[in-house]
Amino acid sequence: MPKKYEKRSADKASQQVLKKAEEEHIDTIWDRYEAMKPQCGFGELGICCTNCYLGPCRIDPFGEGPAVGVCGADADTIVARNLLRHIAAGGAAHSDHGRDVARMIRLIGEGKAHDYEIKDEVKLRFLCELYGIATGGKKKDELAKALGEKALAQFGQQEGEIGFITRAPRKRQELWRKLNIVPRGIDIEVVEAMHRVNMGVDTDYKNILMQGFRTALADGWGGSMVATELQDIVLGSPLPVRGKVNLGVLKEDHVNMVVHGHEPALPEVAVKAAKDPELLEMAKAVGAKGLNIVGMCCTANEVLMRHGVPVAGNFLQQELAVITGAVEVLMVDVQCIMPALVEVASCFHTEIVTTSPKARFPGVTYIEFDERKAYEISKTIWKKAIANFKNRRKDAVSIPKESMDMVAGFSAEVIAKMLGGTYRSTYRPLNDAIIAGRVRGIAGVVGCNNPKVMHDWGHLTLVKELLKNDVIVLETGCAALACGKAGLLRPEAAFEYAGKGLREVCEAVGIPPVLHMGACVDNSRILIAACEVLREGGLGEDISDLPAAGAAPEWMSEKAITIGFYFVGSGVFTVFGGPMPIFGSERVTDFLTKDVEAVCGGKFAFEADPIKTAKLMIEHIDRKRAQLKLKGLMYQEKESLVRA
Amino acid sequence: MKKIFCNLKLCLGCKTCEIACAVEHSKSKDLFKSISAGERPRTRVKVASGAPAPFPIRCQHCEDAPCVEACMSGAMSKDKAGATVHDKDKCVGCWMCIMACPFGALAKDDRERIVFKCDLCPDRDVPACVEACPTKALFIGTTEEFEKRVAARKEKRVELRHNRK
Repeated sequence: MPKKYEKRSADKASQQVLKKAEEEHIDTIWDRYEAMKPQCGFGELGICCTNCYLGPCRIDPFGEGPAVGVCGADADTIVARNLLRHIAAGGAAHSDHGRDVARMIRLIGEGKAHDYEIKDEVKLRFLCELYGIATGGKKKDELAKALGEKALAQFGQQEGEIGFITRAPRKRQELWRKLNIVPRGIDIEVVEAMHRVNMGVDTDYKNILMQGFRTALADGWGGSMVATELQDIVLGSPLPVRGKVNLGVLKEDHVNMVVHGHEPALPEVAVKAAKDPELLEMAKAVGAKGLNIVGMCCTANEVLMRHGVPVAGNFLQQELAVITGAVEVLMVDVQCIMPALVEVASCFHTEIVTTSPKARFPGVTYIEFDERKAYEISKTIWKKAIANFKNRRKDAVSIPKESMDMVAGFSAEVIAKMLGGTYRSTYRPLNDAIIAGRVRGIAGVVGCNNPKVMHDWGHLTLVKELLKNDVIVLETGCAALACGKAGLLRPEAAFEYAGKGLREVCEAVGIPPVLHMGACVDNSRILIAACEVLREGGLGEDISDLPAAGAAPEWMSEKAITIGFYFVGSGVFTVFGGPMPIFGSERVTDFLTKDVEAVCGGKFAFEADPIKTAKLMIEHIDRKRAQLKLKGLMYQEKESLVRA
Repeated sequence: MKKIFCNLKLCLGCKTCEIACAVEHSKSKDLFKSISAGERPRTRVKVASGAPAPFPIRCQHCEDAPCVEACMSGAMSKDKAGATVHDKDKCVGCWMCIMACPFGALAKDDRERIVFKCDLCPDRDVPACVEACPTKALFIGTTEEFEKRVAARKEKRVELRHNRK
């Protein structure tokens, strides 16, 4: 019989630390989840409304109790309104991240952030032109300031269309205009969403959900895309880089700092500071061999793909990193930082350092990040870590051995270069491979971890099944790290897991069958890659024509809902592992899983079994192949591929 | 006798019964007053997660009650109506009843070192949990009444409200 810790995570390193946690009676997210069960069915179904003080109201889904809230809102309205609130919150998180990057690039342009520089001038000029800023004869600082201002203006824009919309295929843009869901600005859509869900405003569930799509598009083609593109300019566009992932990257004889959260601006400089001679001297003086910086969650993805910084793990491993007993400082910024970390860290010497004024924890060290003094701040935090090294309890340290090689950093631009070569970068070979039936199609597998699903199991089972069926997989966020730990992000993985056609392509190009495209905010890169594939020709005119599908098998964050909405709104069939809180309204559920396809070409599905998820995605890809009148697959007979 | 029943098909695990029970057994019998007074009233019903659905656990007022059998101080007894009652003054906190209860329906009050359990809300006509249940999964009545109700529901095949197009 499998032990409790074996049932909680599919990852061997995590299992070892979970065993230790169990022995030492340290509660982790899995214990808290058990204690919370059963979780309230009204919340799960989305039919609990707390938007005004007539309530809280609940609709009885079985039809005996109230069918409408005190104000008269029925289940359809309540479910749609609650969902729109989630979308607004998720979009706000991504977009606020983008805003900070825009502010930073303006500071750099003004010469006020000396620890940063413009690293990708090509992209800087490209984006300036896209935004209609004349670039001729202008210096990069001048352009950075202008771009920063233009990007910031996107957030406050009140009318018209956000700039990046024009990057979408023409047909898609026209559809959005027809549906009136082109975002007018980034912030306005979040604000309008919040207005509409206020007491007594929008009641028509379809009208509410369409604002959901517009709010989500303001994230995917707005805030998130601003964050990704501007970060590339300042921190450098990622290039394929070898890295290591899993808890084994913590070093027993080094001072360990884990950087966790989503915004790479400060961690980026902390990586630089890890080589500072003064700090290294100090580390030696306390008996450590050196400074070891490792990432966690999406901050990890950011510093991994730009510097090859090792990754300690994904969302469900944040407490586990602390429980190894070897972490001196856990530096956090924003998003996905469990409040429970404070309690877990109190069992060890680990000091948590919060750095964002938006995310403070009571009683926890706070060192505010300031772009103008980034290096100085990094050094202060490193000094805390070095000073804390002596407090480490030797007997409490147990670092799992496991760490896996992975290749990260496939931006949309890099994929073109890999496929076509530096001087004639093109998606042509991928399009040809799909058209010829070597590669069946493209899947985006993204999203979080959730203790409701065995850690990493959902991602791994789904991705392996897709690879076997010749579907190339693009990944971001915690999904990418899950597959990284299992070795799926190594080129060698093609031999072991990919179908024959996909294997040939991976061998010829020299890429892994699963491509790491960055953090969760970088899902915008997947949209850009899809546009590039379309531009190359032969696979239709719109994103909804592509033999492609998306999935988030272990999702939990509101951001995942928003991402789902901008993918579906962009024409992608998207499967979520657990249900969204919509099943209390059959009409909303039907709309999102069926009728919406006729509206915007994409739709949602909800499927907890990852093998069945793969089947749904493959069926969709095959349907799109048939619509494009593409040949059958080169090496596989249809019957043999899809496991029932 | 009248007992509290739960139609398992209707329980959503929202724990409203837990809160209603705790409030009923508070001094003020008011949620906000008891919270702001720093009182920590306790619930006598616990919603457990079960497969396929959650369900509330509380004293079943067994006819042949093992807790009464196990109680050495005579605190636990059956009253005339058939309810299992607990006399807090006689309780010595030996926890034998907790060991004996097949439902796990009894709980320890560590503050007073006595047992506490469902008392069928002596101050009310309808117990607080039954009244609070938003899906009407909870029911008070005789076994026959409950069976009749479940059967009637089946016949009616209550159409889900949101099914109506």
